[in-house]
Amino acid sequence: MSCTVLLTLLSHWKRRPFQFLTLVLGLALATALWSGVQAINAEARKSYDDAASVLGGETTLSDKTGRVISNETFVALRQNGWLVSPVVDGWVFGTDGRVRILGIDPLTMSRLNPAGTAMAEVEIFEFMGDDGLILAAPATARRLTNFAPRVRSVEGIAPGLAIMDIASAQTLAGIEGISRLTLLPNQPFRQTLLDEVAPELVRRSPETADDLARLTDSFHLNLTAFGLLSFVVGLFIVNGAVGLAFEQRRPVFRTLRAIGVTPGHLVSLLVLELIFFAFFAGGLGIGLGYIVAAALLPDVAATLRGLYGANVEGTLTLSPTWWLSGLAIAVLGAALAAATSLLQVARLNPLATAHPRAWARASSRTMRMQLSLAGIATLVALVAGVFGSNLMSGFTLLGGLLIAAALTLPTALSGLLNLGERLSGSGPLVEWFWADTRQQLPGLSLALMALLLALAANIGVSTMVGSFRLTFTGWLDQRLASEVYIGAENENQIDALIAFVTPRVDAVLPIWHTDADILGAPGEIYGVVDHPTYRQNWPLIVASPDVWDGIGRNEGALINEQLSRRENLSPGDILHMPGDWTTTIAGVYSDYGNPLGQVILPLQTLISRYPQVDRTDFGLRLDPEGVPGLRDALTEEFGLAPENIVDQASLKAFSLGIFERTFAVSAALNVLTLSVAAVAILTSLLTLAALRLPQLAPVWAIGLPRQTLARIEFFRALVLAFLTFILAVPVGLVLAWVLLSVINVEAFGWKLPMYLFPADWIWLLALSLLTAGLAGLWPARQLAKRPPADLIRVFVHER
Amino acid sequence: MVLTVTSVEKRFGKVSILNGVSLTLAAGEAVALTGESGSGKSTLLHMIAGLEPMDAGEITINGKALENLRDAERATLRRENIGIIFQQFNLIPSLTVAQNLSFQARLTGRSVDIDALASSLGLTEHLAKYPEQLSGGQQQRVAIGRAVAASPKLILADEPTGNLDEATGDAVFDLLVTAAHDKGAALLIVTHSNRLASRADRRLHLRHGHFQ
Ligand SMILES: Nc1ncnc2c1ncn2[C@@H]1O[C@H](COP(=O)(O)OP(=O)(O)O)[C@@H](O)[C@H]1O
Ligand SMILES: [Mg+2]
Repeated sequence: MSCTVLLTLLSHWKRRPFQFLTLVLGLALATALWSGVQAINAEARKSYDDAASVLGGETTLSDKTGRVISNETFVALRQNGWLVSPVVDGWVFGTDGRVRILGIDPLTMSRLNPAGTAMAEVEIFEFMGDDGLILAAPATARRLTNFAPRVRSVEGIAPGLAIMDIASAQTLAGIEGISRLTLLPNQPFRQTLLDEVAPELVRRSPETADDLARLTDSFHLNLTAFGLLSFVVGLFIVNGAVGLAFEQRRPVFRTLRAIGVTPGHLVSLLVLELIFFAFFAGGLGIGLGYIVAAALLPDVAATLRGLYGANVEGTLTLSPTWWLSGLAIAVLGAALAAATSLLQVARLNPLATAHPRAWARASSRTMRMQLSLAGIATLVALVAGVFGSNLMSGFTLLGGLLIAAALTLPTALSGLLNLGERLSGSGPLVEWFWADTRQQLPGLSLALMALLLALAANIGVSTMVGSFRLTFTGWLDQRLASEVYIGAENENQIDALIAFVTPRVDAVLPIWHTDADILGAPGEIYGVVDHPTYRQNWPLIVASPDVWDGIGRNEGALINEQLSRRENLSPGDILHMPGDWTTTIAGVYSDYGNPLGQVILPLQTLISRYPQVDRTDFGLRLDPEGVPGLRDALTEEFGLAPENIVDQASLKAFSLGIFERTFAVSAALNVLTLSVAAVAILTSLLTLAALRLPQLAPVWAIGLPRQTLARIEFFRALVLAFLTFILAVPVGLVLAWVLLSVINVEAFGWKLPMYLFPADWIWLLALSLLTAGLAGLWPARQLAKRPPADLIRVFVHER
Repeated sequence: MVLTVTSVEKRFGKVSILNGVSLTLAAGEAVALTGESGSGKSTLLHMIAGLEPMDAGEITINGKALENLRDAERATLRRENIGIIFQQFNLIPSLTVAQNLSFQARLTGRSVDIDALASSLGLTEHLAKYPEQLSGGQQQRVAIGRAVAASPKLILADEPTGNLDEATGDAVFDLLVTAAHDKGAALLIVTHSNRLASRADRRLHLRHGHFQ
């Protein structure tokens, strides 16, 4: 019996292939974007784990102030019973950006070190020495072709990491010393105390994947938010399709109930049907999601590398958990979308007459309920905005505002339609147009909400990206004021280099720095001299009036915005510096794109406090015309590699390039969300078109040609899209504000000014009109070509 | 003559529904069209209204031959000269009763005294309501009002009382005949009730594709 009933229920879809397609498409799209984003996140997380296991799986000793450890210290520790192995940690330039390098000592390192597994693949004599092999995962090896003959690809090394002998690493990274010492397991009991052998060293517990994960959390939360948005938009489509299918099968349900099928039985069969759909569409969606993830991953990897220094493999590996959770989300989505319909079937009264439900009647009760829900969502958003202070509350604010906006849409549109009615002429056709549009609102409102969300997200994200780009470009101009940046290949070269360039340029500006823990988190300390270049250009946000005079007198320090916000520090505050001394903060500057806290000291202070700073980098001021000549001279005289002489223009291009890729992901997700919304509009209009005949037939019979009706229907789709767009603009701008002033601050530590880009809106408007136009065109064409017999049937037969 | 139908034929596929039907209708005349279910009454009415094409013959309304007109011109002819009432679903669901009543008249640029019309139809207290809030009989009265308000030359009604109980149906029928008479419009009304048909000025019976 169940089988017969199920077949009866399923036969509906054979007669309505388009509805079937809509349902599957909506569910598949919802699943696809969600599981695509999940795949990316899982991949990144796996990479973080890998990286942590290689880089920080062991307890280490490192310098308290961030200086390198000398060879003598290493030897002294070994002599005093410490089983330690030296590690050099640095960066080299590959063919596409920096690659992290790890120099190890195969003779002293622990056999349990994951780098040891990689070592097993090669002969130890090939590996040792400063021209030994460079081991990297195949994908990373491809980025190191500039070191080609020495590079060997070995599976199982963390992405973006190259492993080599410590001597190689010291040469390539220009580090004279040891970055840190790893403590081998099973240390002997009889050890001299660390404080007696090397008081400048501190013991650090293993770095965990959590550190990187915490840093990149914001980015992944961002992706997840987009995935969720698309998922919700997709569910709007499914909800519409399921609602219509249930509505059209109402007589079947009634008959089944009348011949003795219990409500429970009927509902469970419908649930079975839904699960079947969910698995089918979910499977499709997971496949699509894989394609989306594979397409986005290279950009995501580039973003994570550029913004957080996190290395993520550019290829996908998928776990069964991912597949299963994809199917689960499809089932959940189908259940959410069908819940109301199922409830109605459960309550169906078999004796009720075939009363055509007012599917398209504006229900003020529904609108009132939506408005109260919107009020609650606004309240939640405001509470999160006012009292919250982390990323989660930022996103709650964002989500609450979006939900509130979506729920307010039908009421707002209805108001706009009333206004339109009042403002336009009073012909009978005009009246009918407005009244009929208003009546169609409930049927279209889910699709329009989806469109509103997609448009608002688009405006919000593009305003943020545009503001960021504008601010960032201006900031780069200030920050990269020197015409040329050079890096000496080693310390011995520095003096000769300075002597060589000084007569050839207007100014030599040292950019010396060291890495150190600042107030408990990894950071950077730079030294600068007082020079007009800084006075004129440095992007200070707040500063004491005589900030540069102070630098000239070797007093005070500048800190970047991220450090200022993180530690709540402002000019005049005392800053505790690594190495146990303090200075006064004289200014705060913007430092976009840097995940680390940064301190700028007067150069003399830097050198005296941290004698082992890296002194290899300089900025040179000179007439831009002279740049090529200087480059040639430097190459000839010192044999400097091209990457050691970078002119301003290419540095700017490089930095901008990183940001373009960063936002490529947002842009792609944006477009995908917008396309899902377009599908939502299309399917809802087509769905409604089928229900519209009884409303259009009388108008046709009275004497309006089908072509005219078709034109009006088409125009109606445009009007609704236009009005939705008008409402989406303020929502999008609020969204942009939240992104720039709340989310960015929580996620990255910097706040951005907001700029408006009305030209982008025109494009978006054109795009949404085009979408709605296309979506409206097909039903309109169908109506224009509809055989009169179809329309007549409305009057002759019972519907 | 308001309407002349000359030797009209209609087939659906191989099935011939009408083979050479002719009739004329003068202004102010009310004619009842009867016939068994499936005999082609509705089809004929639809062809007269220009809603359905014919296979042979000629139909002229107010001197205008239908077959020379394009779709849009037929719609205009219908709008300006014909009031049409079906068995059901005559009204525009998104418009109020008042708006429905005046819709066709205003489309053709005629002004309507809604209050007078509504009181003559007994609809005064329903003017602000929407069609779905009315009973079947009330809906049909609105449909009659709309058809009459546009002052058409010809009113076509296809079983306007078919969905109503006898008492309500009789009242609606009488209302229609009176209203058409008052306006001087020709009325062609399809019914399968012999009792109602006998109240018309003349009656035509369709059988096997001919009038008998
Ligand atoms: N569009 C159509 N296609 C095919 N057959 C039709 C169509 N419309 C009506 N018919 C057939 O034509 C015959 C006459 O129908 P109709 O004019 O509605 O009859 P009546 O109104 O007299 O009951 C019926 O047999 C009906 O099935
Ligand atoms: Mg009929």
